[in-house]
Amino acid sequence: MTDVAVVRTGSANLASVFVALERLGGVPRLVDRPDEVVAADRLVLPGVGAFASAMGVLERADLVEPVRAYAAAGRPLLAICLGFQLLAESSEEGGEVRGLGVIPGRVTRFASDVRVPQFGWNRVEWDGSGNPAGHAYFANSYRLVDPPNGWDVATADHGGRFVAAIARPRQLGCQFHPELSGAWGEALLRRWWDQC
Amino acid sequence: MLTRRIIPCLDTRDGRVVKGVQFQGLRDAGSPVELAARYEHQGADELVILDVVATDRGRSHALDAVRAVRRALRIPLTVGGGVRTAGDAERLLGAGADKVAVNTAALDRPGLIDELAERFGSQCVVLAIDAAATDAGWRVFRRAGQDPTGREAAGWAAEGAERGAGEILLTSMDRDGTRAGYDTELLSAVSGIAAIPVIASGGARTPDDFAAAFAAGADAVLAASMFHDGDLTVTEAKQQLALLGVEVRR
Repeated sequence: MTDVAVVRTGSANLASVFVALERLGGVPRLVDRPDEVVAADRLVLPGVGAFASAMGVLERADLVEPVRAYAAAGRPLLAICLGFQLLAESSEEGGEVRGLGVIPGRVTRFASDVRVPQFGWNRVEWDGSGNPAGHAYFANSYRLVDPPNGWDVATADHGGRFVAAIARPRQLGCQFHPELSGAWGEALLRRWWDQC
Repeated sequence: MLTRRIIPCLDTRDGRVVKGVQFQGLRDAGSPVELAARYEHQGADELVILDVVATDRGRSHALDAVRAVRRALRIPLTVGGGVRTAGDAERLLGAGADKVAVNTAALDRPGLIDELAERFGSQCVVLAIDAAATDAGWRVFRRAGQDPTGREAAGWAAEGAERGAGEILLTSMDRDGTRAGYDTELLSAVSGIAAIPVIASGGARTPDDFAAAFAAGADAVLAASMFHDGDLTVTEAKQQLALLGVEVRR
């Protein structure tokens, strides 16, 4: 059994994330102190809700720099949905809000000619990394368009291609909810888990 | 491109799945965990549990059922029935629901929708609407279809969306359990006005009914008895929808 530190990012509904981590053999627990982040063997950055409020929660808990440093060092990390967006430099959601800056780019709202929020299953394809394509469950109004260098990148289409997931050794960031994406999502999580 | 969703619904009471016709005459239809696992395996895109909460003991049975289903399920889970306060919603989310459906309590106190959206995010909030045709158009009913409210269905859906609901679960009381097909006119009227996804419910019998609901503007279709009775699996329904040119996850 392996401890997994899940960062408290606000009102995120965590039951599904916890159950998914337990299926992988993890023992998840919520953390909200800098020393807990520094000491983590595996870190999960979850999140639903608004970008600014999640960054506010991290700032008030003095977690911005510890989480940024942990992620930038390439340590075992899983970032989900809003947690994934927090890795970017900034978001236009709620004005212009600074993110953790682990990856370059700005998170922007979907085009106005498609249904926003994007709710449901969309097809995800990896760019030549050998990971299998599949359908993933999304619930988001904002997205990252420019893929970061140095990561394997998966994209999906909702009024144009956007970044659905990024991966590099021991780190996985998903715009979708892998914990709600059926057998395909579980297999993706399992590949990340086994690298850590 | 987003696929169209198929959502089996488990109506539960005291931890068991039941099914009624036109909101009456409940009969036992199986264990929620077994059915949930079976439907995910068949390719269901989400699962909905609507619990008939009769007593306090029934409420705790419902939470136990949600916990057990969550452990067996790797797709989104919506739970409704008897949600009157943000605290009720929080207990269900804590037990493993990804979204909470509100119905009567939102009609009695519409601000509940704003409160839930503010606290948990719109992606967690499903506004369930029970509607029936009347001389004055489609009207909304409360308390599982027992009391008329005088509210007009499309207008209530639009208000719910503005208040922060993320999806509308629209049940035709006239069609519920009848297998006469979805009420596509009701669907068109509501999905044409609400800016958020609409889940069609009440009356499904065949994949053609699903296709008709999608053509009328539904983003997703909900069905209970046709799946519980084993008339058709979700897998078969998706195969036939794909042949009809409907984009589905397979």
